[in-house]
Amino acid sequence: MRRSSDDRTFRLGTGAFAAFVLLLVAGIAFELTRQSMLSIAKFGLKFWTTSTWNPVSGDFGALPFIWGTLYSSILALLMATPIALGIAIFISELSPRMLRQPLAYLTDLLAAIPSIVYGLWGVFVMVPFVRTLETVTPDALKRIPLFSGPPLGVGMLSAALILAVMVIPFTSSVAREILKNVPSTQREAAYALGATRWEAIKVAIGFGKSGIIGAVMLGFGRALGETIAVTMVIGNSPQVSASLFKPQYTMAAVIANEFTEAADELYLHALIEIGLLLFIITIAVNIISRLLIWSMKRRVVAPDVAPVLPAEEALA
Amino acid sequence: MTANLRRRKLFSRVFEILCALAVVVALIPLAMILFYVIKEGAGALNWDFFTKMPKPVGETGGGMANAIVGTLILIGIAALFAIPVGGICGVHLAEYPETKFSSAVRFAADVLNGVPSIVVGIFAYGLVVLPVKRFSALAGGVALGFLMIPIVVRTTEELLRLVPGGLREGALALGATRSRAVFSVIVPAALPGILTGILVALARVAGETAPLLFTALGNRFWSTSLTQPIASLTVQVYTYAQSPYDDWHRQAWAGAFLLVMIILILSIAARLAVRRLERMNRP
Repeated sequence: MRRSSDDRTFRLGTGAFAAFVLLLVAGIAFELTRQSMLSIAKFGLKFWTTSTWNPVSGDFGALPFIWGTLYSSILALLMATPIALGIAIFISELSPRMLRQPLAYLTDLLAAIPSIVYGLWGVFVMVPFVRTLETVTPDALKRIPLFSGPPLGVGMLSAALILAVMVIPFTSSVAREILKNVPSTQREAAYALGATRWEAIKVAIGFGKSGIIGAVMLGFGRALGETIAVTMVIGNSPQVSASLFKPQYTMAAVIANEFTEAADELYLHALIEIGLLLFIITIAVNIISRLLIWSMKRRVVAPDVAPVLPAEEALA
Repeated sequence: MTANLRRRKLFSRVFEILCALAVVVALIPLAMILFYVIKEGAGALNWDFFTKMPKPVGETGGGMANAIVGTLILIGIAALFAIPVGGICGVHLAEYPETKFSSAVRFAADVLNGVPSIVVGIFAYGLVVLPVKRFSALAGGVALGFLMIPIVVRTTEELLRLVPGGLREGALALGATRSRAVFSVIVPAALPGILTGILVALARVAGETAPLLFTALGNRFWSTSLTQPIASLTVQVYTYAQSPYDDWHRQAWAGAFLLVMIILILSIAARLAVRRLERMNRP
């Protein structure tokens, strides 16, 4: 009797702490909404579709920031995804056993480096390099909108490059785990049918497709919310432009730069509303990505248990 | 060999080489970052850096003593509430892994881990700064603590699950209650791993800048007060990096070097601790 009541206290007691995590997510959503009411009430949906950002006159439109965040993250994803998947495939399928652990450790190390260090390196090493790249870009190419703009170094290209490096470890470590979870019977079956190595890997990727999409989305979520490194290299100039060379701005960067300067309440609420949108987008991306990864992992458990064929039992 | 098979084999070979190339491409920035941080930072790191205060603008020399102490205070506050909350939450998840509630909490922790740190900073701002209208060390510590919780939760849970089942069964067979079995047998067995995991989480939040910008703010002067703005290594590096002064740039690199070294050492320690636990599992 005493024992079962002890168990119950233990369960409820530890459960209360666990509930705190749920509360935290709800609390962030509530607080961010509450603190942006002024801006939500005044601008409504116009906030997301207009480009004026004038703290003096009290006109706020967040379009350039949303654009900058999405554009930089998508560019980063385009660069990071093939590399991250290549790494995951190499480590889990191709590399000699001896190299596996060290390589996994090294790529994970990329995720451990603080974003301020990325930013510092970006400002002093990468940006000058990008500037040189932009200076030597032939004029004919510069007439294309994608490459228009002055060779400043800071700008969309620098931001996308640094973001790409930063999200590679996240995508590749999840993709690695997904591939590890693909039953080896899948590959063996492919080899038995005469597949080459690439074709067998293609089968494994096909099996883990949902999980791998989840891994890519996880990287996307990271890119969307990355603040300091991007703030340091993107140039912080609000404009909606497809140009890689022009300085632009992101949602996280404008919060980082202007939050302490927000003198009046409306300005502050406008900034927090940007934070709220960032929260909603990243939560949505993360939820979808986690669900995809989970659904993949759950699918793996089943075939391991099921196939004990009668013939095999008879033979044994 | 038919032409078709030759083509397929060639294609496979090319693909394998591309994958290996991807690894090289990713390791280049890692090597470059480490190279520059060591090259620029190690030389700039000296005794003054640890013991002296920042000099006024224009004077060279000085150090980041206030920022180092500030960072320690900030992560101290974070640890103070994130470790018990995250740790006990992790215990719950490891003990009741299959319940709906646990799944929801685990999911929330994972999602929380993906919430941008600057958003968590805004939350801490609304919670701690706004009511008293003052930036403070406390607000910064709270922001870092919130960021730390999901990491501690997942680390604790994963390490507890590595503890051999025989230990638990033994404790229960001896008549221990569940809480007794958990806190005097299972948790101690995983403790070295959990502690290093917590250290890694601390190192991770010590490297955060964005959530501190408008909570702890930063401070050019010496302060250990919890209700006053406080300096931190990361914010100081951020400010210095954007300044036009060479000497400040030098110190920014030194700060970056210090951060990277701490993280390198702790992540290696964590790796060793996990390996030890895994070995325990193999009879």
